[in-house]
Order: sequence, then structure tokens, then C-alpha cells
Amino acid sequence: MIVPLEQILILAGLLFFIGMGGLLAWRANLIMMLVCIEIMLNAVMLVFVAGSAQWGDPDGQLFAIFIMALTSAEVSLALAMVVYLHRRRKTVNTDLFSEMRG
Amino acid sequence: MIEQTIFYILAAVALAGTLLAITEKHPVHAIMYLVTSLFSMAVIFYLLMAPLVAVFEVILYAGAIMVLFLFVIMMLDLGHPEKGISPHWKEWLPALLLSGISITSLAAIIVSRHATVSVCPAAQPIREVARRLFQEHGMAVELVSLQLLFALVGALYLGKAPSPPTTLPEKEVVKSPGEGVTL
Repeated sequence: MIVPLEQILILAGLLFFIGMGGLLAWRANLIMMLVCIEIMLNAVMLVFVAGSAQWGDPDGQLFAIFIMALTSAEVSLALAMVVYLHRRRKTVNTDLFSEMRG
Repeated sequence: MIEQTIFYILAAVALAGTLLAITEKHPVHAIMYLVTSLFSMAVIFYLLMAPLVAVFEVILYAGAIMVLFLFVIMMLDLGHPEKGISPHWKEWLPALLLSGISITSLAAIIVSRHATVSVCPAAQPIREVARRLFQEHGMAVELVSLQLLFALVGALYLGKAPSPPTTLPEKEVVKSPGEGVTL
């Protein structure tokens, strides 16, 4: 390990909480909400890789790769839904999508 | 120690890039700041003896997902900060409160604990990682591929153009072209 595990955990925690604060602040814009979710998932990946390097077990890297695959699927579906919603209302403001039909 | 210095520089770049990304009003600039942050995270992964994750971070995150974001922003013409939806300064207050409480509790936990001994295990070669992935977690690989297939089908279904206006006029034109012109 190049630095102690605590310092990597501090970095990952700071990134996660920055993403969480951004998610709360940008809750009216669909695109920026997705960007903040990306930041949070990236911080989680950093924790997995740091644990893998600390204990010499490749499972952490595998979980990071799985997280990456799941994130790509999630982002592709979410952006397709953004395109769909933008086609209906010509906006990405989440306040206008607060109603359900049926 | 030079690796430690590189790690601190990269951590500072990642934090600064992420902070600028979430405070930027222009979505395209925000994506660019986030790409900078992701590149420094990739080098941090490389320093943590995970070259496979570092390469996938550059290829998938910075190369595919962020470009997908840019593509959607440009296709939907959302890159106008003046008419876009950016948070008022009052909307930052609960976010700052929650982040402050979380970061303070994190710092309290870290300070109250003793530092762990920094053992230095041997780096795992990519051959070992791949063997672990495909021999012990083969079911997870299959599930991930299944999920990517579902995401593909869902994206195709959500992204296809609305069908009713495209099918109906053709029949009318075939039946009575003269009336179709007058209508």
C-alpha cells in the first residue's frame, strides 16, 4: 500500500459526500442527478479497490468491475428515459414529472 | 516517497474536479471536469495495484459513459445554462448541511481509531484476477451480461419513435389517394 487505508477511505468518503450533496442540490435537473450518482458509484469503487490492495485479494477488483458494468447498463437505460421524457415535455425538469397516469 | 506524493496530488485533482463539476452551471463543462477527476481516479487505481480497473475506468467511464452524457446533452440541446435548471443558493443549504454532518462524523470516526499497519501484499497479476473472475464468479458474469442485454432492450424500447402516426396515413393514401390530397 502506498498510503494507509484510512487516507484512501477519507478520499472515498469525501467524494461520496460531495456526490450526495450535489444530488440533493441538483434535484431539479435530471442530467446532473445522474452525474452525481456516477460520482458516488466511483467513490464506492475506490473503496473496493483499496480493500483489495490492503488484503491482497482480487475479489475487490472484481466487484469494482461488476459495479462498472452495472453502471453502464444503468446509465444507458436512464439516458434513454431522459430522451423519452424530453420528447414528451421538452424539458428535463423533474418538478414537471411529478404526476402519474393510470 | 514519490508514490505518496503522486497520490496526494491525484487526490487533490480528483476532489477539485468533482467539486467544480457539481458547482458548474454549464452541463458540458461539468462533464469535462468530471472526466478530469475520473482520469486522476484511474491513476489512483493503478497506484493501488489494480491495472485492470484503471484501464476499464478510462475506457468505460471516461470514454463511454461520459461521452454518452455529452451525446445526450448535445442531442437534446440542454447546454444552455441561462435557460437551464440550476439550483438556487437556498437549495444548496440542505445539501451542505447533510454533507457537513457526514464529513464531520467520518473525520470523528477516523481520528478516534488507531492507524492500521500498512502491510504490503504481493500484487495480483491479471492472470490470477481473470481466473478468479471466470472460475469462481462465472454466474455473476452471466448475470451481468443478461442485465446488459435487458438494458439494451429497454433502451431500444424507450428510444423508438412513437408508432401510431407512421402507420395510419399510409393506408389512407393507398385506399384513396385523391381524398387524401384534398383532406
